[in-house]
Amino acid sequence: MSIALYRIDDRLIHGQVVVGWGKPLNVGFIVLVDDAVRASAWEQELYRMGVPSEIEVVFASTEEALERLTEWERDPRVGILVAGDIDTLAALTANRHPVSRVNVGGLHHRPGRSERLRYVYLSDAEASQLRTLAARGVEVTAQDVPTTPPVPLEDFT
Amino acid sequence: MSEPLRGVIVSHAAVAQALLAAVAAITGVHDALVPVSNDGCDTGALAERLTRAIDDKPAVLFVDLPGGSCLTSSVRLARGRANVAVVTGVNLAMLLDFVFHRDLPPGDAARRAAEAGSRAIRTPAA
Repeated sequence: MSIALYRIDDRLIHGQVVVGWGKPLNVGFIVLVDDAVRASAWEQELYRMGVPSEIEVVFASTEEALERLTEWERDPRVGILVAGDIDTLAALTANRHPVSRVNVGGLHHRPGRSERLRYVYLSDAEASQLRTLAARGVEVTAQDVPTTPPVPLEDFT
Repeated sequence: MSEPLRGVIVSHAAVAQALLAAVAAITGVHDALVPVSNDGCDTGALAERLTRAIDDKPAVLFVDLPGGSCLTSSVRLARGRANVAVVTGVNLAMLLDFVFHRDLPPGDAARRAAEAGSRAIRTPAA
């Protein structure tokens, strides 16, 4: 198997990731890519608390994720990779890395962003970033949970 | 006498609001609990809602799940504050007990509520 879901979600590891996606995908590991969380053992423990013990949680900086992406893609278990912003996922899709699909699962309201979907708020610059990703050949859709249909990029940017 | 504890119910969707309504219906107590939903919130927005709900008062945060955004935001907010405690797995039984024991220190009230909530989970023979 490999990483079944590359997700952008500013809540990082939470119920929709662990239960909503994790159960139907039968995930064996979750990779959380976030430089600040990677640097804090306390934050890591906080995110680990919401994950059943049979699922491994891997914390990585963006740099570490770039180095280990191929290893995770070859893992025999099913995995989910989650990052909190578009920049991080964009970095992972650069060069020759094998990210072909990106799921926008939750980007919430902040100053400068406007509502595109109930769970997706984007600034114009962020919408443009996602279109750039798509132009690189990455399939970008929005979908909060697997029981809802994926929303094509052109419908929310 | 010091100010009674405030209970803040932190949940997904409308669980917190529904629990608050149930406590009020059963006890007639309307001023002990504040509901906070994580609907539409990133981490920062939920932290703002929690900060407003606590209002710098001594409080116990009753969180729905032992993981996820409600818990992470609540624990971050309680960190380093002796007058804020966190309990997970909120249920009606623990809230009913809490509203009548708001004179305890937050940590003691949280432990008491957790015990009351645990005692309510049973599998009665049908």
